[in-house]
Amino acid sequence: MTNALATKYRTDFPILDQQVNGHPLVYLDNAASTQRPVRVIDAINQYYRHDHANVHRGIHALSSRATKLYEDARSRVARFLGAAGPESIVFTRGTTEGINLVASTWGIQNLGPKDIILITEMEHHANLIPWQILARRTGAKLEYIAIHGDEGTIDWSQVEERLKNEPVRLLALTHISNSLGCINPVREVCLAARRYGVTTLIDAAQSAGHGPLNVEEIGCDFLAFSGHKCCGPTGIGALYGRPELLSKMEPYQCGGEMISSVTYEKAEWKPAPHRFEAGTPHIAGAIGLAAALDYLDQVGREAIQSNDHLFGQIAYEQLSTIPGMRLLGPKGTRAGLVSFQIGKIHAHDLVAYADHFGVALRGGHHCNQPLMRKLGLTGSARASFYFYNTEAEIDRLLKALRKAIDYFGG
Amino acid sequence: MELDELYQTIILDHAKRPRNFGELPPPATKGQGYNPACGDEVSVYVSQKQDGTIEQVQFTGQACAICMASTSLMTTQVKGKTTAEALTLQQAFIDLLTRDIEPKIRLGNLQALAGVKKFPQRLKCATLGWHALESALKGER
Repeated sequence: MTNALATKYRTDFPILDQQVNGHPLVYLDNAASTQRPVRVIDAINQYYRHDHANVHRGIHALSSRATKLYEDARSRVARFLGAAGPESIVFTRGTTEGINLVASTWGIQNLGPKDIILITEMEHHANLIPWQILARRTGAKLEYIAIHGDEGTIDWSQVEERLKNEPVRLLALTHISNSLGCINPVREVCLAARRYGVTTLIDAAQSAGHGPLNVEEIGCDFLAFSGHKCCGPTGIGALYGRPELLSKMEPYQCGGEMISSVTYEKAEWKPAPHRFEAGTPHIAGAIGLAAALDYLDQVGREAIQSNDHLFGQIAYEQLSTIPGMRLLGPKGTRAGLVSFQIGKIHAHDLVAYADHFGVALRGGHHCNQPLMRKLGLTGSARASFYFYNTEAEIDRLLKALRKAIDYFGG
Repeated sequence: MELDELYQTIILDHAKRPRNFGELPPPATKGQGYNPACGDEVSVYVSQKQDGTIEQVQFTGQACAICMASTSLMTTQVKGKTTAEALTLQQAFIDLLTRDIEPKIRLGNLQALAGVKKFPQRLKCATLGWHALESALKGER
């Protein structure tokens, strides 16, 4: 059953059918970016060939067609996230921009010197640096939820205590850690946060394309994800915001498209979400993203999630048989990604070596420098899977790593 | 195979057993190299004689095989050179990794890193220690 999804869907991804350095490509860098199915490439192609014009301003046929496609895409994203309606969906360049948007609008408007911004020690730089800057600008304090050991365990009961007893205003939390592969209990945490009036933001970069996701169920106030990590184009993503919060937020950038009226003296903003989309947006990206979300629903998001967990578990077990292996992240249920360090072999050497056998891995700090430092690592190698990967590819990974140990001498 | 061009025996040897490894106390100067792409760091320590020639050069750090070997090989080559000579060697070495011209001066063991040219994403690894040397020679500490 391991290859059930790959058997059915792998051929939808033409890029996977190629030789790299004389070997069939084994693409295991999906946490950095997944590949696109033909359907997404065709949707973008079709748009540029037949439907392109600027949105929201033209009266002519192409403009209204483009506007409809773009706004339909917004509704598609809303459905994908289980949001009540499209007015809660802001198109962004990706997760990073979504988080920056919240920090520089909601954050600036709502935080002050007495407030605490609470995040975990496992956050990606994108969910860390915006808060560092925001803390500096507002005088708020950035505090961390500690993680423990290589497994990256968090004592969640302590988090609830902090939400209850400390002046936490914002809790920003990753759903799935991009280097540990752990799945955080976002629903329970957001529920607790709401109980104590703490605003929540979920970084869903690693989870959106990897299983069911529903903002109403999670109960978060904001959630950001990227299209390119779930079969969509690069340069497009979305931010979900609870409408009552979005409607009170000042614009993020200013210019065309986001105003309702302008005089030489002042301007008035359009309502959310268009208020946050200054300038001509990435129309083709939004349309490509909608096609990707259709595709994911066709594959089945529950099926993708089970497949992910299975691959994560198999890879973890197989990798643990390698001498000198140090694995990061939980031993139990985990996402479809595994970070590791073998003996003293530097991650970049390992990744360069694996690449020589056609195996694409990520090596380095995975935009988690403080976390790596805490774990006493300069970096690690990471294999991350998607539903088009096969079990044979895990074997290819293992083979390449065993050879690397002989080569570099562990 | 091509990978062996990158990881030559001498490189793997220097990566595993780096030469001149360790700090030098003041008045030796220190230069640091940092590669944000991978988090690798090397520090190079240099002491110079009255006449400006390099008396001792050592380094510390945690980095990939290419970076460790390149820095280790560098320390074996720049001892006894003046700052100007060391910088000329640095330039010739960078030329070796980036340009299709015959190096103007003899590079000795450094020639082993010529394979990096085929792996431009590793250029930074191969030159990190050299940039640290350059700032150490500028007398920063």
